[in-house]
Amino acid sequence: MINQSPTQESTDPYSEGQHYVLQLFVTGISLNSVRAIANIKQICEQYLPGKYSLEIIDVHQQKMLAEREQLIALPLLIKRLPLPERRLIGDLSDTKKVLSGLGITN
Amino acid sequence: MSLETANTPNSYLSSLPKTLTGITGLDEITKGGLPKGRPTLICGSAGCGKTLFSIEFIVRGALEFNEPGVFMAFEEKSEELAQNVASLGFDLNQLQKDKLIKLDHVHIERSEIEETGEYDLDGLFIRLGYAIDQIGAKRVVLDTIENLFSGLSNQGILRAELRRLFEWLKARKVTTIITGERGDGTLTRHGLEEYVSDCVILLDHRVSNQISTRLLRIVKYRGSMHGTNEYPFLINEKGISVLPVTSLTLDHPVSSERVSSGIPALDKMLDGQGFFKGSSILISGTAGTGKTSIAASFANEACLRNERCIYFAFEESSFQIIRNMRSIGFDLQTHIDKGLLKFQASRPTLNGLEMHLVAIHKQIKEFKPSVVILDPITNLITVGTVSDVKSMLIRLIDFLQAEQITVLFTALTLNNVINEQTDEGVSSLVDAWLLVKDIEFNGERNRGLYVMKSRGMKHSNQVREFIITDKGLDLVNVYLGSEGVLTGSAREAQQLLEETGIVIREYATNRKDREIERKKLILESKIASLKEEFESVQDELNKTYIEDELRKEVMEKNREQMTRSRHNE
Repeated sequence: MINQSPTQESTDPYSEGQHYVLQLFVTGISLNSVRAIANIKQICEQYLPGKYSLEIIDVHQQKMLAEREQLIALPLLIKRLPLPERRLIGDLSDTKKVLSGLGITN
Repeated sequence: MSLETANTPNSYLSSLPKTLTGITGLDEITKGGLPKGRPTLICGSAGCGKTLFSIEFIVRGALEFNEPGVFMAFEEKSEELAQNVASLGFDLNQLQKDKLIKLDHVHIERSEIEETGEYDLDGLFIRLGYAIDQIGAKRVVLDTIENLFSGLSNQGILRAELRRLFEWLKARKVTTIITGERGDGTLTRHGLEEYVSDCVILLDHRVSNQISTRLLRIVKYRGSMHGTNEYPFLINEKGISVLPVTSLTLDHPVSSERVSSGIPALDKMLDGQGFFKGSSILISGTAGTGKTSIAASFANEACLRNERCIYFAFEESSFQIIRNMRSIGFDLQTHIDKGLLKFQASRPTLNGLEMHLVAIHKQIKEFKPSVVILDPITNLITVGTVSDVKSMLIRLIDFLQAEQITVLFTALTLNNVINEQTDEGVSSLVDAWLLVKDIEFNGERNRGLYVMKSRGMKHSNQVREFIITDKGLDLVNVYLGSEGVLTGSAREAQQLLEETGIVIREYATNRKDREIERKKLILESKIASLKEEFESVQDELNKTYIEDELRKEVMEKNREQMTRSRHNE
């Protein structure tokens, strides 16, 4: 249900002021979900090594979340921190859009 | 609807399962409600009542048919929605607590969302499925799902997903209403009608002459007969009511019972018994001819029979009518106090015609009268065209006849030339038509009343003079003589003249009789004197005759004596 990122570093999350808290809502092992998980992991590893936490949630397992989190289109990636909160839908294959959505400039 | 479908055996038609909506009138038009377990599209422009329509579907389902429902709002927030419909007496919050309905507000805002690749609407499916399972919903409303098109940009995905959604809803066997905003030349902006093919209802809101009318039309209803007309509907404090324009068949029960008009002389004109119960009566006439008085008399009579009566006044207030009618001997106030009579006075311009019709319907349903009076229907023309008024009155008459309520309309004819064709076109609909007419003659104005038509009874063809006295209304025979039809004081003068003639004639006859008597007496006395004269003449004649006889006898004797004596010598 909740997959903590295995690559969480032990460094102080706020030392660089840019700790990312991400939530990814998926539905089981659908094609889009699998692709989205793979894509976000790759992006995080590449651009945010050691300064993010990623929670992957299967909506099928927690259906009441759908209403609470205003879920419509899935997969959905919510960037909780840093503010402002952003919502990204889709399988996250468009890396450029994902990066601009997460506010990561390179 | 093709002929082929219409000809299919009834068993098939009735086998199409339907879900009653509970919305007044809609279930009649659709002959049983919306297709059960299938999606129905309700489309229309902004403000035409789509949301209200669908919320009423959910609430009535929950309250009246024990079918819980999910309302998924893409436009309004749940709290706003609850507030908006609270005025209709729907307590959405309580219903939510009772697990009878579930409100879910879908918030979707394009600016907050970044699309980064392929996606689907599984979130919506899961959310809806969860809501349905939570309360065991049988009904679902998606209001207005087209908002998704403004929130998400990938049309290809959206269309495919919507198709999947409707299939999924069918599979879940929930009766669904999907609302859609009307587009240019199409029923909905994004062509939802392509996906929802079972039943499409179009709502419209038109304003003409500053008066608005809401209309409903069933564009399509696959596999079922349905009314195809535009049906006016209303939104009032009890929700939506759709009014079928006319009942398609003319199969009202009829009564041969009669009701008195309250004017004995008028009853006499109508075969001696008055109107038929449950019939419709029109009284037309020019201004000031006593139409309202006849109507009040009819109402008064009904109340005296202990029947209920509603009086819809479009010209005068109830107090005015009560005061005015007191002057001609009708005490309407006591009937009101007894609860037998009810006045409903309003200006026609207060509402559109449809609203009037619904108000009338509502009052009648509540009060259950046996007599209804509309005074005058001509004023309704100020809020609609002649054909609108006619269509409204047809519906009203249909409704009243089905309920066996006697209805009396009054109509003002604007000039003295009586147009027998029109009178708001209702003259052909009504069963009895009385005409009150001015008769101006000899410097005064009198009222003449006659029965223009009265279906199913022998009725008088005579014009009667209609008199309003402080003791009530009466009809008298007009004077028909060599000088034509006389009314009012001319009639009275003529009557007096006739009476004088009789007296004079009688006097003349008496004098002649006496003279004859006198002549007779004179002649008789003359006859008597002549008789006496004759008798004395007769006596005289007889006297000489006897003397002659005696003399002759004596002389005979003497001669014999002498003869004898001569022989003896």
